[in-house]
Amino acid sequence: MTGQAGKTAEQARLAAEERRDLHAYVWGVTLALLLTVVPFALVHEGHASRFALWVVIGTFGIVQMIVHFRCFLHITLSHKREDLQLILFSALILIILIGGTVWIMGSLALRMALPLRT
Amino acid sequence: MNEPSIRHPGLNLGAAHGADDEAAERVLFGFWLFLMSDAVLFGMVFATYVTSVRATAGGPGPHDLYDLRSVFIETLLLLASSFTFGMASLALKYKHATGKLVGWLVVTLILGASFLGFECHDFITMFAKGGVPSRSGFLSAFFDLVPLHGLHVTAGCLWLLCMVAQIARYGLDRQVKLGIMRLALFWHFLDIVWIGIFSVVYLGGLV
Repeated sequence: MTGQAGKTAEQARLAAEERRDLHAYVWGVTLALLLTVVPFALVHEGHASRFALWVVIGTFGIVQMIVHFRCFLHITLSHKREDLQLILFSALILIILIGGTVWIMGSLALRMALPLRT
Repeated sequence: MNEPSIRHPGLNLGAAHGADDEAAERVLFGFWLFLMSDAVLFGMVFATYVTSVRATAGGPGPHDLYDLRSVFIETLLLLASSFTFGMASLALKYKHATGKLVGWLVVTLILGASFLGFECHDFITMFAKGGVPSRSGFLSAFFDLVPLHGLHVTAGCLWLLCMVAQIARYGLDRQVKLGIMRLALFWHFLDIVWIGIFSVVYLGGLV
């Protein structure tokens, strides 16, 4: 009897876990869709100022990346620590490399009056 | 009421898969290391693109070449494929019928191939307007970045085909399970890179 009860409890736990996992994907795709459609619509309309559009595109892009990490790759703050640390370290490397490159080349273009700025 | 312990990025198999779940930890962490180094590679190509974006040398620029509608469709296709791969991962984890798993993988493959079809069509349209890689620094950088992602998606599609073949040949043994889980990480990672591409290259270029 107890074995059978244990088995049903295990099945119920698995069913609950499956619902939770499914919800993560459904939430992920819904949020990602919203975060995609808004910047596309704003750029398509083209009424907002350039600076405002850039801010919206940048913010929505970064938030959508976080949604993908959270809902599709299942990275959470309570995650096994080295996975998250690896992502944060890679993000740091990327910020230094991309930020440094854009800064230096942008500054060069400005000083040499190259056509890198409009 | 302990939450099941999380061993690695992506959907974990859980205790019901026994030793397969334990074997996944090292393999998937190793693959995660590869993906992060791939992210740094993409980052440098992004930096090259951003510093070259105004270097059109009198040739066609973003407004002449990009098609927002086509990029929007590509984005939706890739997002849908991420969701269908998620469904495949669920089918694997909760031991649904193998046919269901294969079905979701095939749908993912079709979505990925459609994405590539639209992207090739974009490139051909660009070529027709004089937007060839040798025209300017801007176009060289563009064709360095966007097709690099397309090449990754092509590799993912071929890998999907291999996984379907392996399921048919070996059934769902440990190697096949771990292969599908690594491919899931790869596929979701490519969708994240695409967020960067449509934001920086296409939307940023058309603002």
